[in-house]
Amino acid sequence: MMHDFDVLVIGAGPAGLAAAHAAAAHGMRVGVVDDNPLAGGQIWRGGPEQQRDARAQTLWSDLRAAANVRFMQRSRVLYAPAPKQLLVQTPDAALTLRYGRLIIATGARELLLPFPGWTLPGVTGAGGLQALAKGGYPVDGKRVLVAGSGPLLLAVAATLRERGAQLVGIAEQAPLWRLARFGFSLLATPSKLAQSLRLARQLSGVPYFANSFVLAAHGDDALRSVRLRRGAKTATIACDLLACGYGLLPNVELALALGCALDGLSVRVDELQRCSVDDVFCAGEGSGIGGVDLALAEGRVAGLAAAGLSTLALAAVKHRQRWRGFAGRLAYTFAPRAELRALADDDTIVCRCEDVTHGELRQHDSWRGAKLQTRCGMGPCQGRICGAATGVLYGWRPDAVRMPIVPARAGSIAAACDHTTV
Amino acid sequence: MIKQPIDVIVIGAGIIGAACAEALAARGLRVTVIEQETVGSGATAAGMGHLVVMDDNAAELALSAYSLRLWKELVGDHPQRHEYSRCGTIWVAADEDELAAAALKAATLSAHGLACELLDAAALYAREPQLRPGLAGGLLVRGDGLVYPPKSARILLERALRDGALLVRERVRAIEDHGVLLDDGSRLQATHVVLAAGAASGALLPELPLQAKKGHVIITDRYPGFVQHQLVELGYIKSAHAAHGDSVAFNVQPRPTGQILIGSSRQFDTTDLAVEPAMMTRMLRHAIGYVPALAELNVLRCWAGLRAATPDGLPLIGPCAARRGLWLATGHEGLGITTSLATAQLLTAQIFKENAAISQLPYLPGRFQHLLAAPAGIEDDVPLTRPLPFSAMPPTANALADGRASPP
Amino acid sequence: MNQITLSIDARSISVAAGTSVAAAIAMTGDARTRRSISGQTRAPLCGMGVCQECRVVIDGRAHQLSCQTPCESGMQVLTMRQDSA
Repeated sequence: MMHDFDVLVIGAGPAGLAAAHAAAAHGMRVGVVDDNPLAGGQIWRGGPEQQRDARAQTLWSDLRAAANVRFMQRSRVLYAPAPKQLLVQTPDAALTLRYGRLIIATGARELLLPFPGWTLPGVTGAGGLQALAKGGYPVDGKRVLVAGSGPLLLAVAATLRERGAQLVGIAEQAPLWRLARFGFSLLATPSKLAQSLRLARQLSGVPYFANSFVLAAHGDDALRSVRLRRGAKTATIACDLLACGYGLLPNVELALALGCALDGLSVRVDELQRCSVDDVFCAGEGSGIGGVDLALAEGRVAGLAAAGLSTLALAAVKHRQRWRGFAGRLAYTFAPRAELRALADDDTIVCRCEDVTHGELRQHDSWRGAKLQTRCGMGPCQGRICGAATGVLYGWRPDAVRMPIVPARAGSIAAACDHTTV
Repeated sequence: MIKQPIDVIVIGAGIIGAACAEALAARGLRVTVIEQETVGSGATAAGMGHLVVMDDNAAELALSAYSLRLWKELVGDHPQRHEYSRCGTIWVAADEDELAAAALKAATLSAHGLACELLDAAALYAREPQLRPGLAGGLLVRGDGLVYPPKSARILLERALRDGALLVRERVRAIEDHGVLLDDGSRLQATHVVLAAGAASGALLPELPLQAKKGHVIITDRYPGFVQHQLVELGYIKSAHAAHGDSVAFNVQPRPTGQILIGSSRQFDTTDLAVEPAMMTRMLRHAIGYVPALAELNVLRCWAGLRAATPDGLPLIGPCAARRGLWLATGHEGLGITTSLATAQLLTAQIFKENAAISQLPYLPGRFQHLLAAPAGIEDDVPLTRPLPFSAMPPTANALADGRASPP
Repeated sequence: MNQITLSIDARSISVAAGTSVAAAIAMTGDARTRRSISGQTRAPLCGMGVCQECRVVIDGRAHQLSCQTPCESGMQVLTMRQDSA
């Protein structure tokens, strides 16, 4: 079965919703595909109508009311069976979607780095635990240590506290002087400054350790305690949950599968959020980590441009500029320090899907050689977790992306339409 | 670079090159293996690792049966190092015609001393309940198995290295008399040069009667116990030996990890390794037709590889008149993993001018008229006739394939 | 509050509508979803459908991502803790 859209948006986070809204408001037939049960992406997880952010609610109520917008939730893009087509898997079926213009708003995931004990039940990403908690994961009364890097840690801690978690600390690996500079630079973005002050209030009383990072997680079958480097010292902190993430990585698999060029780790886009492939756009974290405000601004530009409204799109560009500077300061402040590359022991697992250890991997000199001999990267995560980790640990670059870009039911691939028929 | 005199240069460290290097080094020859990529990363990594007796003709049966015996010795007491599994093969008969073909196959294999069991429909479903209803039966060949070829290639190469062989990571730009020219401009000289570069052999010697046949493979997540044997349709034989056109065949394998490997496909006239969505769809539709529950399994990865195919479907093992001192160990098409060990033994026997366990004649490169066999030997001083260039390859290969040229 | 009843490893549990299967598993007191290849028990890591650690069997279908699956009434969930898959 084929479904046609003028503008197809992949991802229903802030960028995707803003893009869909802009395109739909100008009469385009819009489709939005998202792999979660509810729209909102990560930052508005649980549904835009549930968020305090008024922008989420406005976007959502307009989109819901629009007859020319179709949402496909719990749906994943598998691959492109033919030009201008995507095969999408829903919980029980597979759809072939045709588009005039495609907007990739697939957001970001966390950089998770291996350390001894990171595979213990109870150790999650920082954004990971926030996402789980928003889905009802019980944190009430649990002692939680939030660690890693980035302003996300504060938002995570606040969310967890709201849900009754007992925060034993926040450990940020960036040194204090960089954090101070970043804090000062927030003056350039008053809303961000206001947000940080709010967070500071919400987190009053929670110990905050700069220049600190996790050395190891301890426990038999589940997490019991965490050994932490705090400045020059080491501390052991008893806790039930460790929420540890080192910042965000753009989800670029779909863009790569379509042949789009990257700039470093993110998708290359021009002034109008156009990718290097015709009729493909990228907005939000995928084209550079920069937070919700940038994502909304970029989404709007992309949506207008995809609708063929370049003049309006260019006018919207100026709203984006302020947030670009913020994005640059983010990257600089929270860059992972060198010690994080040296945390794994020889028996620390690096590829979690195939249980391949650091000791096995460091004998190889390339991703491909390691993959063939150890199976690192051949598991269901398709090298997403270990690919990022081995990039940091060994400087390896993963292979080209192949279909399917997520695990796909064989029946979905078998059901792909013959693109020569309608 | 390499200082001491080299006896044998082996071009290619796939399963064939690695097996040849191992066999030659074990005989005391000084071997240098040249491989531009990771060991075992070409067709060796792309195939299914099926160790299977194939009986489309007597020569193929002799080679694969002999090689399977060698595999059992190699795997020996440490099957897990090769991820070896004696899963057996069931050749699935969809109808009475195919069941009759299965019976003929059973007779041939039994006459060759290979254990096999003809299955009626009830027996087939007792063994593999996931197969779709309405099939006629099948043939179970118990001695067949599987390995994980990149590991086997590595193991063979490491044995060669322990016997004094050297591995050079370089690209061969050209093959010369008694040596090679490398990409960095340097030359290596040796008494013998063995070309074991698979689908890339033709780039070094365009006159070789080799055609690339692209194949796709799919692997799923882990579903232990989903099927017990490698399952191949008897119609595979029709597909495998087609000389043109794209085709798919039902071929499904349970890996020891519990993952299901799904093949197979054949395409001509392309050397592009990009995965083609339309072929994936076709292959899966066909496979699901045989095993409906396959539709529910999660596919994790798809990839493609190139088989090196000769016009008569038999490999090239033996001396090549195109260069002095040149030997071929290539053109194994879809049977490279299985026949690698026998290839190495036959090649070694020829270099040492000994008899091998089976006749070498059917695989000699000289069977293709323009490739005259050089009198083989360590002292090579017989003047050779230069071969004619083999320019317009595909049509000629097709003609030979359809006619199934018989060995001299 | 809308409650949903489902079974996890043959034990019945009641959760609020909108709860993810991963969360429901954690609510049983044991958040562990699967056993890794070398036999370690694992629980969800990334919370967003990337890491594949949260895979469980849902209504007979293996390798489902519990962190992205909302609980439904009558759902039969089997964790993969017992398997080595």
